[in-house]
Amino acid sequence: MRVKEKKLVLAFATTFAAMKLEKAAKTVGFPGRLIPVPREITAGCGLAFCTELEQRSDVAGFLQENQLVVNGIYEVYI
Amino acid sequence: MIYLDSAATSLLRPDCVAQAVYDAIQTMGNGSRGAYGASLGAARIIYETRLLIAALFHCSQAEQVVFTANSTEALNLAIKGIFTAGDHNITTALEHNSVLRPLYEMETQGARLTILPADAVGRIDYEAMEAAVCKDTRGIVCTHASNVTGNLLNIDRIGEICKKKGILFILDASQTAGVVPIDMGKSAIDVVCFTGHKSLLGPQGTGGLCVRSGLTIRTWKSGGSGIQTFSKIQPRVMPTQLEAGTLNAHGLAGLRAGLLYIKEKGQETICLQQNHLMQRFYKGVFDAPKVKVYGDFSSFNRAAIVSLNIGAEDSGRVSDVLSQDYAICTRPGGHCAPLMHKAFGTVQQGMVRFSFSHLNTNNEVDQAVQAVRELAEE
Repeated sequence: MRVKEKKLVLAFATTFAAMKLEKAAKTVGFPGRLIPVPREITAGCGLAFCTELEQRSDVAGFLQENQLVVNGIYEVYI
Repeated sequence: MIYLDSAATSLLRPDCVAQAVYDAIQTMGNGSRGAYGASLGAARIIYETRLLIAALFHCSQAEQVVFTANSTEALNLAIKGIFTAGDHNITTALEHNSVLRPLYEMETQGARLTILPADAVGRIDYEAMEAAVCKDTRGIVCTHASNVTGNLLNIDRIGEICKKKGILFILDASQTAGVVPIDMGKSAIDVVCFTGHKSLLGPQGTGGLCVRSGLTIRTWKSGGSGIQTFSKIQPRVMPTQLEAGTLNAHGLAGLRAGLLYIKEKGQETICLQQNHLMQRFYKGVFDAPKVKVYGDFSSFNRAAIVSLNIGAEDSGRVSDVLSQDYAICTRPGGHCAPLMHKAFGTVQQGMVRFSFSHLNTNNEVDQAVQAVRELAEE
């Protein structure tokens, strides 16, 4: 398989939360996309949002401004 | 064919609804079951439909919108998932069996039920409704509009009673959603049950309920959810806790198209157009010899329904002649609303129901008026 890269991954409790975040990300231009949840994360939802590590400092603001709830924020090799 | 049975289902739909269903079937995967484009496409449509429904009913949180197959399923879910043995509940004689039968079933399990009677034109007494509330009363379950007469119930008034008495308000919006404004907050509604295939213009097999935040409805089915796969129980998080199994996303795509159409056209415009047609029909037939119209027409602020009989003729026969000789589609019989027919003394005869869409035309209405008058004079 391909070489893995370290990414920032946001996990969710529900599909609803995932879809809400995806829409907000698209609206405000926050980079990233939905992926199948990596096995390292024991989140409830089968979807996770994958973005670059450099977004780490912007995540909290993005979540707060858009009233988004995540189950956890992880750094994972994907 | 002249379709005047929109209270049964919205056969007259804007083209965008069928197109959306077609596109969905061609392109959509299973929402929340994968992260590839086709699956996410379905999940996005479901999400967008939830947002539109939440906005329509002023439901404060879109995750409180639960999709079901229809209004009946939503009402069963609410009534059986909230009430328990020992509860006393209140409903009205205007109700459809989708409200009555679940409540009767709760009676067999030890709940008590008060049914408010209807007067000579199918109205209820709100003071009697308030007086019926006792210390065990848990909720009022009622329709927004009678599917037989088109009479509206005053949901602001009922909401006030519920708020004042600290009981739940469950509303059956089957005949009004998308046409008559419904504001869960303003009218203190705890649960709104809706169907997608009537005035929301979507396909059959769609519907749902909006649940006030903080109110829990017991889970009624368990299964696939796309989340918490290794848990032995259905996840206790909305909306998933009430939505086990694959949703009818193809249908919801059509419902979304219907909702967008309504949003663009405006509920008020749609309401004015169909009420104009209802009034035109009513004014054309109410004074015809032998014709008896049922319901409260003191105001035309009502659902676009006119039910009538011609003399003592069986409503089924009248409806059949209208269909065979005039190609006019109407609904005879009891309309799944037994108590309404008992109140009007039409259990045997039934009524011929004409119900209107904003997509009907003046000419169609005039042909229906002409047909009724001809039959009445025969």
